[in-house]
Amino acid sequence: MRVLGIETSCDETGVALYDSEQGLLAHALYSQVGMHADYGGVVPELASRDHVRKLLPLCDQVLAEAGCSRADLEAIAYTAGPGLIGALMVGGSVAHAMGLAFDCPVLGVHHMEGHLLAPMLEEHPPAFPFVALLVSGGHTQLVRVSGIGEYELLGDSVDDAAGEAFDKAAKMLGLPYPGGPQVSALAEKGIDGRFRFPRPMTDRPGLAFSFSGLKTYTRNTIEALREQGDLDEQAKADVARAFEAAVVDTLTIKCRRALKAADCHRLVIAGGVSANKRLREALETMADKQRAEVFYARPEFCTDNGAMIAYAGCQRLLAGQHDESGIVATPRWPLDSLAPIP
Amino acid sequence: MNLLAVDTTADACSAAILMQDGRIHERCIVEPRGHTRHLLPMARELTHATGLSLSDMDALAFGRGPGSFTGLRIATGVVQGLAWGLSLPVVPVSSLATVAAGAIRQHGLSDGSGIAVAFDARMGEVYWGCFVQRDGLPEPVSQECVVAPESVTLPAGDGRPWFGAGSGWRLSDQFPASVSQTMEACYPDRIPHAADIARLALGPAESGQGVPAEEAIPVYIRDEVAWKKSGS
Repeated sequence: MRVLGIETSCDETGVALYDSEQGLLAHALYSQVGMHADYGGVVPELASRDHVRKLLPLCDQVLAEAGCSRADLEAIAYTAGPGLIGALMVGGSVAHAMGLAFDCPVLGVHHMEGHLLAPMLEEHPPAFPFVALLVSGGHTQLVRVSGIGEYELLGDSVDDAAGEAFDKAAKMLGLPYPGGPQVSALAEKGIDGRFRFPRPMTDRPGLAFSFSGLKTYTRNTIEALREQGDLDEQAKADVARAFEAAVVDTLTIKCRRALKAADCHRLVIAGGVSANKRLREALETMADKQRAEVFYARPEFCTDNGAMIAYAGCQRLLAGQHDESGIVATPRWPLDSLAPIP
Repeated sequence: MNLLAVDTTADACSAAILMQDGRIHERCIVEPRGHTRHLLPMARELTHATGLSLSDMDALAFGRGPGSFTGLRIATGVVQGLAWGLSLPVVPVSSLATVAAGAIRQHGLSDGSGIAVAFDARMGEVYWGCFVQRDGLPEPVSQECVVAPESVTLPAGDGRPWFGAGSGWRLSDQFPASVSQTMEACYPDRIPHAADIARLALGPAESGQGVPAEEAIPVYIRDEVAWKKSGS
C-alpha cells in the first residue's frame, strides 16, 4: 500500500510517501521556525496560514522525488492531533478532499504515535515490546509499547515539557527561539560542575516528571549572577551546562526506572529533544549498564515530519482502519486511548 | 461546464454544483464549527443529487474570504485537496461579492444599484466592500478593506440607489450617517452561499482564469493582526 503522509500539527509542514513493500520513498519538510522566532514562540494563526501555502507544493515535491504520479496514491494519512486546532484542520481538510478525489481511504493519525514509531523507519528497528521516552516541546512521557496501539502510560510531566523548559531557559539566557539547540550549543562552552541544579522528582520513586521547579531554579541562579555583576558569557555557558545536565540526568534516571518497571530491554527515544547529543550519550551509557539497547530515529525524523505519519498511518490502514466520520482534528488526545490494531 | 463551489467563511457551510444546463443544486447548513463535519458529505451528496461524479467537474470555486480565519481555511483545504486530486482549475471568489450577488438575486436589485457589503470582523472592525450591479452580477467599485465601523465610506456622489447587505450591518448604528442614511434597504441576514459563488465563478472559469490547486489561497484582508513580536 502506498500512503501519502501529511503533518501539520504545529509549526512544520511535513509530507512523505511510504510504501508498505518498498519502505519510505520520499519525504519533504518546510519548517516555519524562522518565522515564529521573531515572536518568541509559535503564533497559531501564522502557522495555519503557512500550512495552507506550503502543503501542496511539498506534496508535488515528494511525488516528483519518488518518481510517482498522483494516481499512484492508495491512501492518505494525516495528523489528527494532538496539536494546534487550526493547523490540524488544514491537513485534515486537504487529506480528506484528496481521499474523496482519489476515492481512497483516509486516516487521522496520532502525532505522538507517529513519533514513537519513527525509529521503525531506520535500518535496525526495535522489536516490541519497548519503553519509549517521548520528549519534545509539548510532551515528556514514558510509555510501554507492546504493539501498535498498545500503549501504557508509565510517566508524564506534571507541568512543563522538557523541550518547553529548554525554550524557557534559552529565553532567560537571552538566546533566540527555539531554544533547545541554542542552550545545548552554549552548554558545550560551559564548565562542568560550576553549578549543580536539582534533578526534579528523582529523590522519590515514580516515573512522573516536573520541570517547572528547575526553570525557577535557573531563573534564580541567573538573577543572582546578574545582581553580583557576574553574568558574563562564561557564566551563561556554565548555567546552560548545569541546566542541560540536570535535564539529561533526570530523563536518564527515569528511563532506567521505566525499563526496570516495564521489564524491557529496549528503549526508544523520540521527539525533538531526542536529537540532543548529551541525552543520547547518557542514555547509551545507562543502557549499556542495564544490558539494554537504545533506538532513535535519524535527526530529521526526531522533530515533526511527514514520514512518521505516513508510516504509522500505513500500519493502521493495512489493518483496515480509516476515518469513518470525516475530518478529525483533536487538539487534546491521550495516547493511551488509542485502539490496538487487530 | 460543471462547477463545484464551496463556502465556509461564516457560520454557514454550503456547497453547490452548477450544471452544464445552468441548473444549480445547493446544500447549506448553518452550524457554527460544523464545517469539518458537513462540507465533504455535502459535496458527495450533491454528486448523487445531480447524477454527476467529481470527475465530471470542469472547475472548482471557493469563498476565498474575508471571513472567519479558521473557517475559510476549511473550504480552502477541501478545494486544494480536490483540485490537486482531480487536476482541476480553481476560481477564488470574494465572500463580500458573494453576499452582494445573493442580495441582487434575492431582492431583485436593478442594474446600476449599489450594494455595500459589511461583515462583522470582530475586534471593533468590519470587512467592507462596495459593488454595483452590472448584467445581474456585482462589480467591485472599491477596494475590499477592514475598517472601524465609523470609517466606512461609499464611492463619492454617484447618485445611485444603495443597498446594505451582510452581518456587519448589525453595527450600522456605528456607521457614519452619510452611509447608513443613504441606504434604500438593508439585508443584515444575508450570508454567503455556494450557489452564488458558483454563479460568480462561471465566467472566470469559462475564460480560463482558474488557478492551479496550490494557488487557491485565502484572502484574509486582516493581515496586520497585532501579533506581538518579542521585545516590542
